[in-house]
Parts: sequence; structure tokens; C-alpha cells
Amino acid sequence: MKDMTETKIPRAINWNRLDDEKDLEVWNRLTVNFWLPEKVPLSNDIPSWATLTDHEKQLTIRVFTGLTLLDTIQNAVGAPSLMPDAITPHEEAVLTNIAFMEAVHARSYSSIFSTLCSTKEIDEAFRWSEENPHLQAKAKAILDTYAPGNDPLKRKIASVFLESFLFYSGFYLPMYWSSRAKLTNTADLIRLIIRDEAVHGYYIGYKFQRGYEKLSEAEQQEMKDYAFGLMFELYGIENQYTEELYDELGLTEDVKVFLHYNANKALQNLGFEALFPPEVSEVNPAILAALSPDSENHDFFSGSGSSYVIGKAVATEDEDWDF
Amino acid sequence: MSASIPALVYFSSKSGNTHRFIQRLGLPALRLSAEMDQLPFPQSPYVLICPTYADGEGRGAVPKQVIRFLNDPERREGILGVIGAGNRNFGATYGLAGRIIAQKCNVPLLYTFELAGTDTDIARVRAGLEKLGRHPCSTAA
Ligand SMILES: Cc1cc2nc3c(=O)[nH]c(=O)nc-3n(C[C@H](O)[C@H](O)[C@H](O)COP(=O)(O)O)c2cc1C
Ligand SMILES: [Fe+2]
Ligand SMILES: [Fe+2]
Repeated sequence: MKDMTETKIPRAINWNRLDDEKDLEVWNRLTVNFWLPEKVPLSNDIPSWATLTDHEKQLTIRVFTGLTLLDTIQNAVGAPSLMPDAITPHEEAVLTNIAFMEAVHARSYSSIFSTLCSTKEIDEAFRWSEENPHLQAKAKAILDTYAPGNDPLKRKIASVFLESFLFYSGFYLPMYWSSRAKLTNTADLIRLIIRDEAVHGYYIGYKFQRGYEKLSEAEQQEMKDYAFGLMFELYGIENQYTEELYDELGLTEDVKVFLHYNANKALQNLGFEALFPPEVSEVNPAILAALSPDSENHDFFSGSGSSYVIGKAVATEDEDWDF
Repeated sequence: MSASIPALVYFSSKSGNTHRFIQRLGLPALRLSAEMDQLPFPQSPYVLICPTYADGEGRGAVPKQVIRFLNDPERREGILGVIGAGNRNFGATYGLAGRIIAQKCNVPLLYTFELAGTDTDIARVRAGLEKLGRHPCSTAA
């Protein structure tokens, strides 16, 4: 019998031998995406911040403390909890990158605060986040799934829902301000976070799919039921959180549509079909435009949009093209 | 009617979003993947559906295998138009592969959708392809 506590030495990671090409593809994208909040001139938003009402300011700070909590969870617990389940050493390396970027995200909200708000306002908002029942409920639902000993695939489901769904009740607000030409530098920073979360949700969802395809049909059904069940639970909490935050500005219905749209995308990252029908998932075009500026949506088929105007000539000169 | 619908060629990686879109569309389509050595040869004019894999600056947006496919003049000749795919959360490079291919091949960018598409996307693309089959010339803007 071997000693149970024998030290397990990992094998040195060789990036020239890949078990899964996606690991390198995603590693490359994450590393070129690397950024720090200092890169964004947040102080240019000071005049714009001054035009917000006291209530709008308070709402904005609260929303950002809620986002800070999710990033903190993903940094300290979420991404590290996925590491023991990694199938390849490269997957572990990607997860350490994800974990670190979550710390950058959490840190950047504090940069926004110190640029725009008073210490008193900041302290009030953090106190609010600790006491808000809906925020605490979603944190708890996710953390319960992350707990040691839990099913690795269920952990990935919860992680994708955090990355691709739970953030969006919060991300809505800076996109809304940006669509009204307010806090546009803050929106630039939030877009960097959104881009990172897109890669995180994609990658964890991809790894989920690799595990899911190995399950028996019965196990797949159980796993899928679990995913939709957790989505319903989180959606219920998000609805209440949204009402509490956005009722006063009259934005609740608009935010809920955004929740449906993102819930569908989170499920697609797991390889599942959408849950909410198109009628309740068509997001306000101003919000869509704020998410992806300069990438005007083309619908040549239905004749909307002038013609096939090609956007700004971006990076068409990839060396692999022969023509 | 489906006889007049143009053929489809699409790329999809192992995450399979574009593949799931094609399955729901329910039309015959040739798949390009990173793993294949032998590229398919479309027998009739086709619409290309392509997801985006850019770096932060937009480089590398079009998957290498799609570039290899289009680099062959005989395969390229049949392209009628392109449909881009991606994820809006990538910001300014959303669906960039579609825009680049349209520009490179001088064909219309017909449509752009996210991930595996919504039911609305499926309906619009199917209707658009049928229309394209009936009036192939009207796309030559
Ligand atoms: C490394 C990486 C980079 C990506 N870059 C972009 C991008 O610049 N723009 C975009 O719209 N989508 C981007 N995406 C999203 C993919 O285009 C999207 O998930 C697509 O549905 C993938 O299709 P597939 O699963 O059929 O391969 C990227 C995904 C990955 C993994
Ligand atoms: Fe994050
Ligand atoms: Fe993340």
C-alpha cells in the first residue's frame, strides 16, 4: 500500500505537444487581450458623472459593487475550483490566466470608484452589497455548486452561468449610459471586461461539452435537467434583483429582455438550445450597438441597412491570403 | 423549391456553434474544419458561413482553413455571398470574418448572427437563401 499523502508532482508543461488545440487558441486570445484599468482614461468621465442625479449615481455604484462580488468569487473560488478537474495541463494554465483576469476586473471597479466617487458613497455601496438578499442569494447558489466534491461538470455549468448570464443585469447599466453618451470611458473599460468574459464563457462551456459527450444518454439527460434547473433558479433571483435596482428608472422590462438574451447565449455556450423565445429576447438596438460599436449589423437578406457597406477596413491583410 | 437554394459551405470548430446552426437550418451543407487535409469541392455556386476567431486587433479573424479554401481560385469562383458569425461581446470585431471575406472576395455580406443563432436568425437566413435562389442576380450590387 502506498502512502495516501504521497506528493504528486505534476509533469512539466509542454506547449509544443497539445492534447487540445483549443487550449493554445484560447491562451493566445487571452494573453493578447491582457489589459489594466490604467489603460482607460476614466477621469474623462468626471464631468459626465456630475450630470447624473444622486439616485443614478447610487444605482451605478451599487451595480458595480455587485459586479465586483461576482469577479471576486470567480477569482478566488470559481476558476481555481475548476483546476483540479482540468483534463490537460494547458487547461490548468488557461484557468490561471482566467483567475488572474478576474482579479483585474474586480480591481478595475475600484479604479472607477476612486475616480468618480467619495469614500462615503463607496463604503455605503459595499455595505449594501453585503446586505442585499438577491445578490447574496446568487452568490450562494453559485458557491454551493463550486464546493469541493461536487460534480466537475456541474461546476462548469455554474461557472458558465456566472460568466455569461449573471454579469449582465449589471453590464446593462454602463451600456445604457454609453448609449446616451454618458460615462463613455467607463463603458470602454466595461467592454474590455465583457470581451474577457466572452472568452471565459466560451472556453469553460467548450470544456463542459467535451465532458458531456462522454456521458451516457441517461446521464446527459440528468445533466441537462440540472443545467436548466439552475438557470431557472438564477433567473428567478435575477428578476428580483433587476426589479429592485431598475424599477425607479423605468428600465426593468428592458433589462429583463437583456437577461433572456444572455441566458440563451449562456446555454448555447454549453451546447444547449435557447430557453427564451425570440419575442422576449430581442434586445433594444441601442444596447446592442453599445456592446459592439463599429460593427453595424448587416441584414442584406431582409433589405434593411443600405447595401453591403463594408465597415472600416480592419486587418484584411492577413499574410495567409494569396489574393 | 429547395432545388434553387444555393449550396452552403461552412466552417465550424470543435465548439460546434456554427454546426448546430446548420443542423437547425436543415439544408445540405459542406463542412470545413481545422482537422481535415482534403478540402471539399462545391459542385455549384454557394454561400459561405464563417465564424470569427480574431485576436484583439482583428488579426486572424478568418480561420486558416477557410483562407486555404478561398485561396484556391476554382473553389473561390463559386462564392455568391457570405454570412458571418461570432459573438457581439467581442465588441468592434463582432462578426469580423464575414466582413473580411465579403471585402476579399467582393461579394455581399448577407447576414451576421451570434453563436448558434436564434430562431429568428434561422428563419431570416432560410428566407434569404430562398430569395437568393430565385433572384441570383439581385445580389450583384
Ligand atoms: C479565441 C477566440 C476568438 C474569438 N474572436 C471573436 C471575434 O473577434 N469576434 C466575434 O464576433 N467572435 C469571436 N469569437 C467567437 C466565435 O466566433 C463564436 O463562438 C462562434 O460561434 C464559434 O463558432 P464554432 O463553434 O462553429 O467554431 C472568438 C472565439 C474564440 C474562441
Ligand atoms: Fe470577470
Ligand atoms: Fe470571467
